[in-house]
Amino acid sequence: MRTTTVVVGAGHAGLAMSHRLTERSVEHVVLDRGDVADSWRTKRWPGLRLLTPNWMLGLPGQPGDLPDPDGFLGAPEVAGLVDRYARQIDAPVRTHTTVRSVRRPGLGFEVCTDDGAWQADAVILATGANATPIVPSCAAALPPTITQRTGFDYRGPDLLPEGSVLVVGASATGVQIAAELRRAGRPVVLAVGEHVRLPRTYRARDIFWWLQATGVLAERHDQVEDLSRARRLPSPQLVGSVAPVDLASLTAAGVRLVGRLAAVGHGVARFSGSLRNVCALADLKMTRFLDRADAWAACSSLDDALPPPTRPARTPVPDRPCLSLDLAREHITTVVWATGFRPDYSWVDLPVFDRSARLRHHGGAVTDAPGLYALGLPMLRTRASSYIHGAAADTEALADLLVADLAR
Amino acid sequence: MTITTTSTGHPVDNGVNVAALVGAREALSAAPAAGEFTWKATCTWQRGTHSRSVVDAFTGLGEVQRHTSTYTFDVDHPECFASADEGAAPVEYVLVGLAGCLTAGVASIAQHRGIQLRTVTAIVEGEMNVLGILGGDPDVRNGFDRITARFAIEADASREDLEALLAQSQKRSAVFDVITNPTDVVVELV
Repeated sequence: MRTTTVVVGAGHAGLAMSHRLTERSVEHVVLDRGDVADSWRTKRWPGLRLLTPNWMLGLPGQPGDLPDPDGFLGAPEVAGLVDRYARQIDAPVRTHTTVRSVRRPGLGFEVCTDDGAWQADAVILATGANATPIVPSCAAALPPTITQRTGFDYRGPDLLPEGSVLVVGASATGVQIAAELRRAGRPVVLAVGEHVRLPRTYRARDIFWWLQATGVLAERHDQVEDLSRARRLPSPQLVGSVAPVDLASLTAAGVRLVGRLAAVGHGVARFSGSLRNVCALADLKMTRFLDRADAWAACSSLDDALPPPTRPARTPVPDRPCLSLDLAREHITTVVWATGFRPDYSWVDLPVFDRSARLRHHGGAVTDAPGLYALGLPMLRTRASSYIHGAAADTEALADLLVADLAR
Repeated sequence: MTITTTSTGHPVDNGVNVAALVGAREALSAAPAAGEFTWKATCTWQRGTHSRSVVDAFTGLGEVQRHTSTYTFDVDHPECFASADEGAAPVEYVLVGLAGCLTAGVASIAQHRGIQLRTVTAIVEGEMNVLGILGGDPDVRNGFDRITARFAIEADASREDLEALLAQSQKRSAVFDVITNPTDVVVELV
């Protein structure tokens, strides 16, 4: 089979690209191993809420606005939204088609699937940043009696064995799961490494309003000082709810904070003595952003209309943080790995990765393979690239680039 | 290289060659094997609890590197442990290592951030119940219960900037990492 462009992945980014290609009369097909928005259906827990408000879900060619711009969608609602979008833009999606490999035998690409091979001039990798959970190697040292879950196969407190839960990781996934488990009455220990702290609201506005207004979301990949650090930044410690969830509220609810999980052996988990410092770093970085927000507000006409600046209290750190935990003695029966996700490009048989297996690209254009493009990665083109609405600008820029590259 | 200046217009000079450090980071990212270092101390027993360690060479950047001179460290226990006190105690060298590492970080990061330092003083204390090392109580660990480092810094910077400096220095410190995280330790007879 032959087409001009193969888009791999029928999530919001792949579909937005499909719309851009249709606008530009570029023949294409969108392939997905499952249904449209497969990850939102099969790899998210029911209680998950987006950390971005609904006004950040706009996709190109999507008719009308979402109701409740300040609300937060749950995982099934996001799946529904993306599903509707696929139909609204009439995307040429082939579902249940698994891509086995992408190669470049000659001038063009060959995309082999379990339903035949495609020849194409361009390929879009739209399988996203969160294709595989990252689980540290010390997971193998946990006793076999301990149930292990990741953000992909955790389904809620009711489906875990009785007992206490160690949640490893305090970014968006970890704090949300820790809060949910604690609300269900579970004793929870939360291992906290480096994280990004942001208040849910600041001066009566949602934090994403500030990130947008101050220009943070628009910061470009070719303008930030340290791009590789910006791309590795963990998701902010935010939950899509009006009631804030942070380390202070979790502590008040009875969640026990410990340092980064450093080692596991003989049924004992050991935690880093750096808890105080990772919290101090996160508090300082948050304050720097709020300073920037206040400076922006002072120069805008809004300053008088907004409540005066305040500063959230410093993160409360236990005076004597726990450094080692006997898992059996503490009745810990489950460990939830909220230690991040990574893309899965194992099916891309092209020399386009660095020594850490990260895709080498410039704003989504893969450096060593002209005609190959990526979408949906953090800081792909701007800080907004991490979020659903970021696909609007990213797909527009990359579709223009693709058309120019094809004409070459 | 960008010359950072203070608010009074003088170039910031903490005596740290930041350009070389940034250059090294870039060079080693491109050739990661050169970044593999092995640090070394050679210790010889003197008498009693007194030993003398010598530090002169290490490997890195693909070859043996030499310090500009040989450094000697006398290690002993104090008199209250019925020793001759010919040198600082081993645990005190750990505090020395942490203090030196964090202070080097403070100076480097200050240089990078354009903060002129005038004085930096750190008091580093490690708390320990010695019943652990004496084998007197199995519930007491041998090592420190807590280490506290108190930095007094005079510099052209706000308190918040100095706190950030200290936080970043911990984040980038080798000895802070060695102390706060488990390390695989191999001790063998040759």
